[in-house]
Amino acid sequence: MGLLSKKDAKLITDPLADNNPITIQVLGICSALAITAELEASIVMSVAVLFVLGVGNVVISLLRNVIPSKIRIIVQLVVVATLVIIVDLVLKAFVYELSKTLAVFVGLIITNCIIMGRFEAFALANGPWRSFLDGIGNSLGYAVILIIVGFFRELLGSGTLLGIKVLGDPIEKTGVYAYGYENNGFMLLAPMALITLGIIIWVQRSRNEALIEEN
Amino acid sequence: MEHLELFFKAIFIDNMVFATFLGMCSYLAVSKKVTTAVGLGAAVIFVLAITVPLNWLLDQYLLQPGALVWLGSEYAEYDLSFLSFIMFIATIATMVQLVEIVVEKFSPALYNSLGIFLPLIAVNCAILGGSLFMQSREIATFGLALNYGISSGIGWFLAILAIAAIREKIRYSNVPPALRGLGITFIITGLMAIGFMSFGGMLTGGEEVAEEEKVEQAIQLEEEKIDDDKKEVKEVTEKENTTALNQ
Repeated sequence: MGLLSKKDAKLITDPLADNNPITIQVLGICSALAITAELEASIVMSVAVLFVLGVGNVVISLLRNVIPSKIRIIVQLVVVATLVIIVDLVLKAFVYELSKTLAVFVGLIITNCIIMGRFEAFALANGPWRSFLDGIGNSLGYAVILIIVGFFRELLGSGTLLGIKVLGDPIEKTGVYAYGYENNGFMLLAPMALITLGIIIWVQRSRNEALIEEN
Repeated sequence: MEHLELFFKAIFIDNMVFATFLGMCSYLAVSKKVTTAVGLGAAVIFVLAITVPLNWLLDQYLLQPGALVWLGSEYAEYDLSFLSFIMFIATIATMVQLVEIVVEKFSPALYNSLGIFLPLIAVNCAILGGSLFMQSREIATFGLALNYGISSGIGWFLAILAIAAIREKIRYSNVPPALRGLGITFIITGLMAIGFMSFGGMLTGGEEVAEEEKVEQAIQLEEEKIDDDKKEVKEVTEKENTTALNQ
């Protein structure tokens, strides 16, 4: 890590596990649950958040000395909304089908608590370079959880990954389907996203006992 | 009838928390005690009831393709819908601030119970989600938009009230240590969402049953026909047999 000092590198690695925005800070749950029925949608959503949070953190950090603290929430919202409009138009232009699946959830990046949370907690008090690293780190932490949930839901729910039939063909009974395996369509429904995330939290906290909270 | 249908649909079938996961952050963060949950839930209903109809007006007369036609026919081709995110969030943020000031001025008691939650609400996804769903589901009239705002707020209120009550009770149970707090809340919410899925048949159920009955009736009729045909065939063959015997 010649480019990053130890302290800076920690900004990126910390949110990946021990200070994960979703499972520890409890931020940005809405979109993490709603669009994870397919792996592809989770990846696109993660990239969108990466862009918005990375750029947004830098902008807010540059403006931090000129924003009056009373109206800072509105200023932050305007910055995020502008970035999200860019993301939305880009998605509509290049991956139209997918932007239809994501529907209102792209718009909801605006109120994704990760973004406002990082602006408030980090970008308002730190310089642009560190804010940028913090933005990247937190959105990667967000991406990790989204991709894990999306991976399991798509694999168990429809037997595919990124649309590729990895388990064989359910209709022609090839691959594992030849032995009587069936897709669990329930995994694609909304409640299973919550339960999958609950299990991820369970696994993570049993591995690291410092994270266990009081009732 | 239209209003009643939208009302029940927004509360039970498309429940903000259980079907679309909107407002999960505050749902998880503020559901440790029933009293605070009630405060936040009431504030959400209040703000949704104001912002959804307001944003409906904005959408109808400013943002939709061709919405500017009231300014003159030369504006008919303008399409400002790409601005809707920023317009909606600006309306919400200003309305929340306005509501806070008005409530503080005229009803200090209400302000004391709602007040601390109001700033939180500006960034609650349930509020923006309400407006965005109102737009994408093409809600037709101002009255319906008002109805949608209030009823989806009630749905959210119901969800946070239920989870807060469960979390108060669960404090006395022996949850595995690693699941305590967030983990078990997720799993309970998942189970509640499964429960809410059963409301899905509430509105369409009647028609489906009627159709199934029709199909069954049709099948019965067919079977009766087949039986009749068989009888006829039998009678014919018997007749033939008897005539053949007679000969």
